[in-house]
Amino acid sequence: MKTSFTVNGSPFSLDIDPRVTLLDALRDHLNLTGSKKGCDHGRCGACTVLVDGRRINACLSLAVMHDGDEITTVEGLCKDGRSPLQSAFVRHDGMQCGYCTPGQLCSATAVFREIADGWPSHVSETLDGPYALTREELAERMSGNICRCSCYPGINAAILEIAEEDAGHAEAAE
Amino acid sequence: MTFDLKIDEPHPDHRADGLTQSVLGHDNDRPDGWLKVAGSATYAAEEQADDMLHGFLVRAPKVGAVSCPNLEQVRAMHGVRSVLRDRRMIRNAAQGTANEAPVQGVDQAAYVGQPIALVVADSFEQARHAAQALVVSVEEDDVPVLPDAVEPEEPEDKKTEIGDLDRAMSEAAFRIDAVYTTPSMVSAAMEPHAATAHWDGETLTLRGSLQMLKFNRNELADSVGLDPANVRVLAPYVGGGFGSKLGISADCVAAALAAMELGQPVRVVQHRRNVFEVNTRRSETRQHIRLAADAEGRLTGLGHEALVSNLPDEEFSEPVIQGSHFAYAAANRTLGMKIARIHRSAAGSVRAPGESVGVTAFEVAMDELAQAAGVDPVDLRVRNIPEKDPESGKPFSSHRLEAALRQGADAFGWSHRHATPRQQREGEWWIGTGMAAAFRVNMVIEAEARINLTRDGATVMSDMTDIGTGSYAIFGQIAAELLGLPLDRVEVQLGDTRFPPGSGSGGSFGAASTGTAVWLAGMEIRKQIADRLGCSEAELTLQDGMATYANKRASLRDLLSHEPITGHGHVEPGEAAEKVRQATFGAHFAEVAVSDVTGEVRVRRMLGSFAAGRILNPRTARSQCHGGMTWGIGMALTEELTHDRRDGHAVNRDLAGYHLPVNADVPPFEVHFVEELDDWAGPTQAKGIGELGICGAGASILNAVYNACGARVRDMPATPDRVLAALPS
Repeated sequence: MKTSFTVNGSPFSLDIDPRVTLLDALRDHLNLTGSKKGCDHGRCGACTVLVDGRRINACLSLAVMHDGDEITTVEGLCKDGRSPLQSAFVRHDGMQCGYCTPGQLCSATAVFREIADGWPSHVSETLDGPYALTREELAERMSGNICRCSCYPGINAAILEIAEEDAGHAEAAE
Repeated sequence: MTFDLKIDEPHPDHRADGLTQSVLGHDNDRPDGWLKVAGSATYAAEEQADDMLHGFLVRAPKVGAVSCPNLEQVRAMHGVRSVLRDRRMIRNAAQGTANEAPVQGVDQAAYVGQPIALVVADSFEQARHAAQALVVSVEEDDVPVLPDAVEPEEPEDKKTEIGDLDRAMSEAAFRIDAVYTTPSMVSAAMEPHAATAHWDGETLTLRGSLQMLKFNRNELADSVGLDPANVRVLAPYVGGGFGSKLGISADCVAAALAAMELGQPVRVVQHRRNVFEVNTRRSETRQHIRLAADAEGRLTGLGHEALVSNLPDEEFSEPVIQGSHFAYAAANRTLGMKIARIHRSAAGSVRAPGESVGVTAFEVAMDELAQAAGVDPVDLRVRNIPEKDPESGKPFSSHRLEAALRQGADAFGWSHRHATPRQQREGEWWIGTGMAAAFRVNMVIEAEARINLTRDGATVMSDMTDIGTGSYAIFGQIAAELLGLPLDRVEVQLGDTRFPPGSGSGGSFGAASTGTAVWLAGMEIRKQIADRLGCSEAELTLQDGMATYANKRASLRDLLSHEPITGHGHVEPGEAAEKVRQATFGAHFAEVAVSDVTGEVRVRRMLGSFAAGRILNPRTARSQCHGGMTWGIGMALTEELTHDRRDGHAVNRDLAGYHLPVNADVPPFEVHFVEELDDWAGPTQAKGIGELGICGAGASILNAVYNACGARVRDMPATPDRVLAALPS
């Protein structure tokens, strides 16, 4: 079956088995192995990618469902060098084995946008924002990404540091 | 040449403290971190080849004699290249350091979930579809699957009987006599077990997700019938192991056999639901603990007897009582193990086998004694610290438990605690705090490493793995410190059996074993540089790429302009293990909130205080401790692999049903390292840190639950139903 989408800004056309998940298409057909397969049934978050800026579990989605979509994987989070978030993950040791890390990074990238867009979470006190990225909000919103090494303290510290930096920049711009 | 060391004697010279590059023991980035955040670290299933075939394992749905009546039809399905029913396929993953094939065969399933076929096809989707179409018929055997259903083995060599515990119990001022249970648990590493195999007609090259390559190579060679010299195993990045990847796994052997049959590269990735069955679980335990104490809470007797299980023909048994042999002084002691041979999936090492569950249950019992005797739980532990090994009489190599307890208590604010339960309430929540001591045996095993020093820098090589533990970071730091190089001029290459055989990752022995081999290799290079400068190694200063002795000064670039230098280190355990008792010690503190409406437990904060010798990199060491403490949350509150009572199968064999702690379950952590150099640990004075953090962590939570609401839970995990049932009425 034919399908076309862009990944990290580059267009791709594939003629593939309709059973191929988006995750397997990325890993095996486009050689973008940064997105990880941890459970293949939507329970661990290691395969998290961004589709038109929103996070999804790529293992729960077929590649042919994404015709025309813009997909971003960990390889596309930064064009040259490393993004501030990636650097913060290294500084705070937000990874050990590293297998969940790409999913954590993609998820965190989406969380920033969800907060900015006023999307509530399970722990939000109201359904109509705005919301601040408190530790509680962050822990809730990142709980779809399991880290068995348990780097949650480092992951949270890295994300909160970037959130604060961004808030600082926004304030300075006002 | 090689620098060999058998650790027979202490190393009180603390050479690392006299070196001046100032990287060892410092808080540095892990060098592999950059690859991991970029998504460019390559794991086992990520090697690409145009002619790659894909294998999917098929499991036995019942225990008994297996046949596949429609095998030929499946073989004819679109894209299918082979349906392997090879007797060399393995029943379950090998045990750690087995060094030979585990039980093999596909005709008889010993447990539900045993791999009995591999379907190989051109694509993953074809292989999975065909595997689902394969009919597996089982002539069912009537086998025991409950630990109580059989007469257990009671090995004499696992029995300790000193004094008269029954008498001590009857004469005690305070006594605890209770049974504690822990369920089966699994490692659940994020990367499923996976292998990519290549066969060139002579040599098998396998990229696997494995922890101990020098053993894995022999296990794989023995399984498929090759000379180990013709087998190469690679695992430069491993997505977590925690014991489940110690031994060769079913995917590796099946992928190798398929590649050898088909002459094309074959990739086999275990489906997450297979990972729960095919690789070793932590055995369930039933622990009978007895404590006898005098009026001040000093132990006069202790008993720790445990029942665990495993499949027939597995040598491993969960060493539940390992920590109890040396944790506390008591003149009268009864310790022993019972092993039930039943047909649940194989049991093996999972992070800190033994102490993880043994210390946790024992530390709950100690909390019960503290409560009964009216002694502060920290004081109770301090009061019972033995002066020497309570059974062998050997001295401890170093014993910093009291410091860990006292410093941890201070940092946590333990003195503000209510000694009596049910004193602090916030709405429906009871608030309380608890603590536990941590104990873990320390080991060194044989390891080798090589360093090549050229004018551009140093390269460290070993087949050692980094499963997230920080091997890349600390070996680079050891080499940089000894050779006087900035970290960016040291490269560490791991995870390839073409490199010298390291220890592998397991039992927290990687840092002290392979780390010492790296140290020795660096020392050999220092000696050669000193020879070139005409001084002794001890007189040499290496810093920032410059070699200095007295008024002689030369850059390493010049010294090495013609000839690079190689150093090779080799360490073996020696008489130290006979002369002293060596262990790591720590203390856990936890604050929890318990809802008396739902029974839910929320951990609010945890503090761990750990003594593990020299800390080589506080950042990576801290992360390891975070991991252990989080596993303690899982053990105390959520993790349980449930076995069906009829056929023993793992009911909740996926990440939906097996509840790992997620981000929102993990509170802010504090980790405190107690200053310690253990001279008996070798020239780095470093011990293992990867497992200490889990030992007893769950007990601090369970003890906090009791302090909060008065519910004493002895059956783990303390799920809401159990907490509600244990609440005082």
